[in-house]
Amino acid sequence: MKSGLYGFLFAMWVLIIIGGGIMVVLLGPFSIQQFGEFHWIIASGIKVVIALILVVIWILILSKLKNWIFKKELNS
Amino acid sequence: MIELIIPAIISCLLAFFIVYFTTPPLIKILTKKNYAVKDMNKKNNVMIVRPGGPSIILGIVVSEIVLYGFFQLNEILAVIITTSAAFVIGYIDDRKVMGGWFKPATLAIAALPIIFLGAYDSNLAFPLFGDVQIPLLYLGLIVFMIPITGNTINSIDVLNGVASGFMVIASFTLSICLFILQNYEIAIVSLPLGFVSLAFYKYHKIPSKIFPGDSGALTFGAMYGVIAIVGGVEIIAAIALLPAVINSFLFLSSVKRVVEHRQIKGKPVEHTDDFKLKATNDKTAPVTLVRLILAGGPLTEKQVGFAIFKLAIFSGALAIITAFMMGVSL
Repeated sequence: MKSGLYGFLFAMWVLIIIGGGIMVVLLGPFSIQQFGEFHWIIASGIKVVIALILVVIWILILSKLKNWIFKKELNS
Repeated sequence: MIELIIPAIISCLLAFFIVYFTTPPLIKILTKKNYAVKDMNKKNNVMIVRPGGPSIILGIVVSEIVLYGFFQLNEILAVIITTSAAFVIGYIDDRKVMGGWFKPATLAIAALPIIFLGAYDSNLAFPLFGDVQIPLLYLGLIVFMIPITGNTINSIDVLNGVASGFMVIASFTLSICLFILQNYEIAIVSLPLGFVSLAFYKYHKIPSKIFPGDSGALTFGAMYGVIAIVGGVEIIAAIALLPAVINSFLFLSSVKRVVEHRQIKGKPVEHTDDFKLKATNDKTAPVTLVRLILAGGPLTEKQVGFAIFKLAIFSGALAIITAFMMGVSL
C-alpha cells in the first residue's frame, strides 16, 4: 500500500506541474480590452471561472487515479 | 549578510526555547484544571492534557515580534495577526465544540489582514512555465488558503506526534525552498515555525504528554499558509504539504461534505488484541491516510507515524526539486 501512496504523491506533483503550465501558457495571457477601465476585472472573472473548472477536472482525475492505484495495490 | 544572520539566530533560539520551557508548566496547569482527553490509541485509560496551543503561539509571536524589530516588514505583521487569529479560533473550538463550518469560515476572515496589509504579490509562480498574474483570483486564493492549510494540519493530528513532526519536516522544507529562491528575509521569518514545531514535538511525540488541540494545529497550519503567501511559494508549499492534503482529499471525497471528524460515526481504524492499529472494513467510515497505510496490515502507532513522516520527507524532496525548477524556464 505504501508504494501506492508514493505513486499517488508523485502523480499529484506531476498534475500540479501540468496545471501550472496550463495556467501560465493559456490562462495568463488571456485579456479583454473592449470594456474600458474594467477590462481587468472581467478578464479576472473569466480566469476565475476557468480556474474553478480546471480544479473540478483535477479533482475528478485524482479521484479516478486514487481508485485505480489503490484497487491495483489491493488486488496485488 | 551578518544583518540577516543575527536576527535569524535570535528568533530561532527564542522560538525553540520559549516552547521548550513553557510547555511543562502549561502541562501542569492543564492537569490541575483537568483539561484532558482520552488517548484513543492506548491500552489503558490514558488521559492526555490539551491544548498546547498557548505555548506554541507564545513562541511564534515573541520570535516574530523580535524579527519585526529588525526588519519592519508588513509580511511579519501579517504572520503575527493571522496566526494569532487562527490560535483564537482554535482555542474557541478547543473549549466549545463548534459546527463543521465554524473553522473554515472564521479562518477565511483571519486571512484578511494579509490583503489589508498588502503583504502579497498577485503573481503566482509555477515551475518551468514562469509566473501568471491573477489579481482578482489571487484574493480568493488568499481567503481559501488559510482555511485549507489550517484544517489540513488539524486533520492530520490523529496520532501522537504526527501533527508537530509533520510540521517540522514541511516547515523546514519551506524554509530551504525560500533560501534556494533567495527570498532570504521571508526564509528567516519562516524559520521560527520549524523551531516551535521541533520544541513542541519533544512533548507531543509518542507517548504524548500534551496534545496541540485545535488551537495548536490551526496555529501551525495558518502560519504555514501565511508564509506560503507572503513568500510567493504557494505551489511549493502545497507540494510539501501533499501527504496532509491527500488525507483531507481522501476524507472529503469519501464523506462528500464539510464535517467535523467527531461527527463521523463509522470508524476508519480499530485495534487488534495487542493494540496495534488496523484498518476496518466499515463502508460508512471515511477513507483516511492512516487507513490506507494500514491497508497492508496492522501496525503500531509509532510505525504509522513514521510512515507518515517518510511520506512527508518524500513530498519535501519533491518541493525542493520544484524550487530548483523555478529557476528553469521552458
